[in-house]
Amino acid sequence: MEKIIIKNLYKVFGDDPAKGMELVKQGKTKNEIYEETGLTVGVQDASFTINRGEVFVVMGLSGSGKSTLVRMLNRLIEPTAGEVIIDGEDVLKMDYKELVMFRRKKTGMVFQSFALMPHLSVLDNVCFGLDLDDMHKDKREERALDALKQVGLEGWGNAYPKQLSGGMQQRVGLARGLAVDPDIMLMDEAFSALDPLIRTEMQDELLKLQEQHERTIVFISHDLDEALRIGDRIAIMEGGAVVQVGTPEEILQNPADDYVRAFFRGVDPTGVISAGDIVRDSQPTYVWHEKKGSPRTIMEKLSDTDREFGYIIGPERQFYGIVSVDSLQHHIETGSDTGIEGAFIGDTQTVSSEDTLQDILHLVAGNKWPVPVLDENKKYLGTVSKNRFLRTLHRAEDTENMGTL
Amino acid sequence: MWSFEEKVIPLDIWVSQFIDWLVEGYRGFFQIIKWPVEVTLSGFEGVLQAIHPFIIIAIVAVIAWRVSNIKLAIFSVISLVFIGLLGLWPDTMVTLAMVFSSVFFCIIAGIPLGIVAGRNNRFEASIRPVLDAMQTTPPFVYLVPIVMLFSVGNVAGVLATIIFALPPIIRLTSLGLRQVHPELIEAALAFGATNGQVLRKVQIPLALPTIMAGLNQTIMMALSMVVIAALIGAGGLGAPVILGLNTLDIGRAVIGGLSIVLMAIILDRITQSMATKKE
Repeated sequence: MEKIIIKNLYKVFGDDPAKGMELVKQGKTKNEIYEETGLTVGVQDASFTINRGEVFVVMGLSGSGKSTLVRMLNRLIEPTAGEVIIDGEDVLKMDYKELVMFRRKKTGMVFQSFALMPHLSVLDNVCFGLDLDDMHKDKREERALDALKQVGLEGWGNAYPKQLSGGMQQRVGLARGLAVDPDIMLMDEAFSALDPLIRTEMQDELLKLQEQHERTIVFISHDLDEALRIGDRIAIMEGGAVVQVGTPEEILQNPADDYVRAFFRGVDPTGVISAGDIVRDSQPTYVWHEKKGSPRTIMEKLSDTDREFGYIIGPERQFYGIVSVDSLQHHIETGSDTGIEGAFIGDTQTVSSEDTLQDILHLVAGNKWPVPVLDENKKYLGTVSKNRFLRTLHRAEDTENMGTL
Repeated sequence: MWSFEEKVIPLDIWVSQFIDWLVEGYRGFFQIIKWPVEVTLSGFEGVLQAIHPFIIIAIVAVIAWRVSNIKLAIFSVISLVFIGLLGLWPDTMVTLAMVFSSVFFCIIAGIPLGIVAGRNNRFEASIRPVLDAMQTTPPFVYLVPIVMLFSVGNVAGVLATIIFALPPIIRLTSLGLRQVHPELIEAALAFGATNGQVLRKVQIPLALPTIMAGLNQTIMMALSMVVIAALIGAGGLGAPVILGLNTLDIGRAVIGGLSIVLMAIILDRITQSMATKKE
């Protein structure tokens, strides 16, 4: 059942880690050790178990040691003391050759900065791990194409990373990890560099992949939403120490200390959460080409799917306006022969993805239709409905109340 | 106290003695070092002299056209024909053979040294003052010891050129390796790359444009050393320059110099296009 067991793991950065260890054992704090010796305690006394097939999120603010911790699992960073036991074998006792084989066969890794090789095509990037292991060219390309298919990038094999958007680049990063078919995926803030919409999409993608083929995933994140969304269990780190490990519910209901509580409480959720965080592209959209998409067809489509409002966008996702079944009906009945713009609901204000829930409250509350959200380039991202708004508030409030229990 | 009016440390005498001692005791050893240079140089020279000038011009034109554009090819043809009509074709081939030989040794010594320097901070720190010395010491200073150890001629000229032209390729190879993003190296290691694989599959391919820039500089420096090498009896395009200056035959010096400039432009443009094409 246990896949990864971490026991009393320490990392001290600096010239003389042994001395740092001694001071840690004497019970000195991280700050005291730094002031005394200039040594930095990156991770101290981390112990927990990760089960086979679970998504285990390590969460903490920057500087909490979470990235160091994940790198100690495959020894990209050499631990100062402790044990990392994977499938019953102590990774720290492996010699160089065993370690190389362990990295090739058992683990895949996805990085925040993508870390794709700029001189290699997408296909060769995905092949990278297999190529290191001298797999035959035909066989590795077959596997790489399969991995690309899994992340929805079929047909992009010949492109180069710089030709792709951030989200697509990270799909390549994910495919590179999947291609080696590892038991364990190490994901270091894998989605943090992506914008919110793409981030959620990638999280869904990861959960979907996990359904198809269960892997043990160690996911590093500083994003609470992300941790709650994808984590089977969560470890919370602060100042190099693991302060709590548990399922999201366990941690919510019984936070170990004020740090964890603060993490979940936040100051005021409506001032923190932005429209971009909760935007959903779930309303019907119609691309407005000239002379195409007549009011009548759009009305039929809306009635067929039992929707009330339709969002008219351009081919580049620029936002034009909102139509409703009523406005379309009226437009057709008055028999004016202008295009769809004649049916736009007057005075439809949009909000920016940066706006907080406070900023958009009056618009969400004051209109019948879900409020359209645009990104900084004025591209349509989706909408925020009353329902979605209230549910977000409800959850944020919930965690606040539980925090004070 | 010391007065700075008289010499206290007779370093000059020690150096002279050291060179004398080397010449006396180890001349045989230096003759052995000379041997591979001699073979390489005569190889290049033999080939370049044997091929008909028109064929060489055609080859240069095709290379220029392939790596750059038709304009460079036309420029190369006109320049080389012009040099031929000046009566300096044989000298040009000697110069080219000397440049190729010295660059050849610079590559086989410089790239490995640059790779080690790029991966090892201590080695980089220790080699840097040596490279500084090689680049800043006036070549005249080491021309005489080279003559004493290797005697005069083209081979001695090539050896002096190697000393002069080696630093850029070492420096830029090291720089190129160091410019590779650490996260790419980390990613390679995470997927189980050995140190050799990191070098072969990540560092060298990504450093290649910078290494090519180093090669370009090494070629340029080798070419500029050619005139100076003529001082120790090396032939080639430097010879008419030195001879012209010594006999106040300014015209002769100028046509030699002009040919060197034309050669430099052709070699520079070709290697530069090769470097940028790799990107």
